[in-house]
Amino acid sequence: MSLVQVSDLTVDFGDLRAVDGLSLRLEQGAALALVGESGSGKSTVASALLGLHRGTGARVSGSVEVAGTDVARAPEDALRRLRGGKAAMVFQDPLSSLDPYYAIGDQIAEVYRVHTRASRRAARARAVDVLDRVGIADARRRSRSRPHEFSGGMRQRALIAMALACEPELLIADEPTTALDVTVQAQILDLLHTLREETGMGLLLVTHDVGVAAESVDDVLVMRHGRVVEHGSVGAVLGAPSEAYTRELLGAVPRVDAPRALPEASQEAVLESAVVEEGVVEGHVVEEAVVEGVVHGEAVVEGVVHEEAVVEGVVHEEAIEEGVVLEAVGLRREFGRGKRAFAAVDGVSLTIRRGETLGVVGESGSGKTTLGRMLVGLLEPTAGEVRDIGHARVGVNPAVQMVFQDPVSSLNPRRSVGESIADPLRARGERDEGRIRGRVRALLERVGLEAAHYDRYPHEFSGGQRQRVGIARALAADPHVIVCDEPVSALDVTTQAQVVALLGELQRELGLALVFVAHDLAVVRQVSDRVAVMRRGRLVESGPADEVYGNPQDPYTQQLLAAVPALDPEIAARRRAARRRAAAQESARHESARRDADLRDADRRESAVT
Amino acid sequence: MSGFAGFALRRAAGAVLTLLALSVIIYVVFYATPGNVAQITCGPRCSPEQVHQVAQQLKLDDPLYLRYWHFLEGIVAGQDYSTGTSVEHCSAPCLGLSYQSDQQVMRIILTKLPVSLSLVVGAMVLWLLLGVGTGVLSAWRRGRFTERALTGVTLAGIATPVFVIGLVLMIVICGQLELLPFPEYVSLSDDPEQWAWGLLLPWFTLALGEAAYFARLTRASMLETLAEDHIRTFRAYGVSERSIVGRHALRGALAPIIALNANDFGSAVGGAVLVESLFGLPGIGQELVHAVNVVDLPVVVGMVLVIGFFVVVANAVADVLYAVADRRVVLT
Repeated sequence: MSLVQVSDLTVDFGDLRAVDGLSLRLEQGAALALVGESGSGKSTVASALLGLHRGTGARVSGSVEVAGTDVARAPEDALRRLRGGKAAMVFQDPLSSLDPYYAIGDQIAEVYRVHTRASRRAARARAVDVLDRVGIADARRRSRSRPHEFSGGMRQRALIAMALACEPELLIADEPTTALDVTVQAQILDLLHTLREETGMGLLLVTHDVGVAAESVDDVLVMRHGRVVEHGSVGAVLGAPSEAYTRELLGAVPRVDAPRALPEASQEAVLESAVVEEGVVEGHVVEEAVVEGVVHGEAVVEGVVHEEAVVEGVVHEEAIEEGVVLEAVGLRREFGRGKRAFAAVDGVSLTIRRGETLGVVGESGSGKTTLGRMLVGLLEPTAGEVRDIGHARVGVNPAVQMVFQDPVSSLNPRRSVGESIADPLRARGERDEGRIRGRVRALLERVGLEAAHYDRYPHEFSGGQRQRVGIARALAADPHVIVCDEPVSALDVTTQAQVVALLGELQRELGLALVFVAHDLAVVRQVSDRVAVMRRGRLVESGPADEVYGNPQDPYTQQLLAAVPALDPEIAARRRAARRRAAAQESARHESARRDADLRDADRRESAVT
Repeated sequence: MSGFAGFALRRAAGAVLTLLALSVIIYVVFYATPGNVAQITCGPRCSPEQVHQVAQQLKLDDPLYLRYWHFLEGIVAGQDYSTGTSVEHCSAPCLGLSYQSDQQVMRIILTKLPVSLSLVVGAMVLWLLLGVGTGVLSAWRRGRFTERALTGVTLAGIATPVFVIGLVLMIVICGQLELLPFPEYVSLSDDPEQWAWGLLLPWFTLALGEAAYFARLTRASMLETLAEDHIRTFRAYGVSERSIVGRHALRGALAPIIALNANDFGSAVGGAVLVESLFGLPGIGQELVHAVNVVDLPVVVGMVLVIGFFVVVANAVADVLYAVADRRVVLT
């Protein structure tokens, strides 16, 4: 008997058909990934396996059988025995998926006691066991921590521990790594892989990330609009997709291992600029050295160290020659006071030139967003300065604009998008309503929306369209630099590719300099001329994109790149083996060091709550 | 614990500043009030000479800042008052003497406070039990008849003035059914049983309207918590609805309940005047209303400071409870 057997499943939410006649089968111990973009119905299927649509108003038809339980017809108590006992679910957002008020060990113990007749004490011991099993160091002590005292990766491990508590036959993982950094993602995927090997449980992985699927499963099922597009082994579906949609989806996935694919027009431009730049400065990271108001920049000119003193307020002539439009010198930003103070950005210097894209990559907490905000002037640096073509700057500069990460929360839901785009114009002193409207309409059309969208509200747009509105707003003030803070991380891959293409077009047309801040190494490679890698507030490595990616010098950069999921299952398996060897060595050496670091992180988060 | 000590110290300093500000405001307000305080204090039949004498005795002709200074002095060091024939010593913290009765304000407060606290503490226990209980029941039975019925009842509870509730309770229970004698206040130290019987109706009267607010708040914030992701986790692990509602959702809904309770407790100490008059309870509220009517400044200031003290303390306690209920909260 199959572990999971779904036939002709249809789920309707009101008028919306989320899943439309889907059938699938999963054998004992096998692993299947449901892959699709947002709205494809993949999470709805996952919820249907546990009967979670019951009582929510959703209409479910078709049959769902999981581990011998007929989910559609089973009585409430049989369903509860299935949930967590035979089939356990790991949710996407590990922060919000645990109860913030109870200790993690107690939450796991509670679930365990629902399914066994264990005593409180035995359940607590079981919780410590499974936490230890998923790699939480010092599990007994940490089991008394509350979720906010855990890092994102630890919380995800805790959720997996909860799933393991009752030794289920099936693990359903709904986007288990989406909220995590790439190195942590690799750890979690490796953990799932190991657990599957050890326990022989089946895995149903729901993900939007084709790379994650390639790393983790045997079979892939591609979904779109609630229907199956393609179903087959990982190698077949990802290696030689037979459906057009699958090819489109794979084509849109940015590759970390491929050099930047430039549109023809821009390649010429790059060649031109390469000629201009020849013999000038390379690797424009200026080392910081701030001495009593006098700023010394250290630039590396073709390997020769060459010192130049620039007195504050004096225009940096060389900078203009190089086409530098924005320069950051020795930027430092601290948060908190006294003993709790820590530097989110700690001595970062960089230059941005006309028409180029500087990618800033780093994991969460690396200070990349703080850096971006200082470049725009939304945050005052604690030390150092941002110079706009040589002038020290105070406050927000209209020539440097920002595109924000979350297109939902960065637009005022109570104002029409036209009004939002007009804000920078009004802020600049434009009072003529006719001119404002005309300019906004032109901007809307420029970013691929319609002029008639002026009076619509943000909720009427899709995520990608909203991000276009955000870009139009940034363009309104005629900037020469746009700082994009994770501009595409909330978007599906196909939408992501469109937005990235739009940014590239605008850059060529308007000669914009872009600072592209993102955690996604692949996206950054695809958009950037130069890349800066951040870790704990510092730049660990920077240089032309192909050099940084092709021949990373810093161990941290190497580690990041090794953690990116590979689309080819064979490569994925090789990398996994390499990571395991590295992890074994690492853990032997740094066991105690890591524990301290985790504790420090937890402390920091705690103080951040205050 | 040093963190907690620091918190307590900062809170205490804040409380003192709040109370000082309160007393200044009341002095200024009363100074600006029209009407001859000496005439009112002396009575309508006093001759102008007598009124003048009273004014002198009460130091009403002193400038405002001097009177306020004496008041502060009294709190810190105590004060001697001449009451015409004898000199009375009022030891620190001295809030002055009543213009009307020449009694020390501190003594008046100490006789009234136990009555008010008896009323409010008892009522608070009731409104929490009734209100939170009703709210939990509504959230658990959401969408069903029980919830709709309870929502209607609580709306009625909010809409009904407290004196109507009190009168109806008194007429029905004491008058018609004769289940209880008409309530009469007996102090707790005299006879605990009589104390409780006597306060039963006042407790319910004060608590019923209040409980309706708590029921609505509890229901609303529990429904909000029930929509959160971590609730979905426990559903997906087969945890029963009872324990999801009673354990996880209620815990998440505690913070606003704690906050509302702190405010309501603090203000009920001085604000339960309707219930006090209805049942003839000689509490702070009644005394305050009387003192305001006769412009008895020292009594008003004293009472307001006591009420302010309870509001400040109740809020500090609420903050500590917050931190206990939610470990993410750090006291600063």
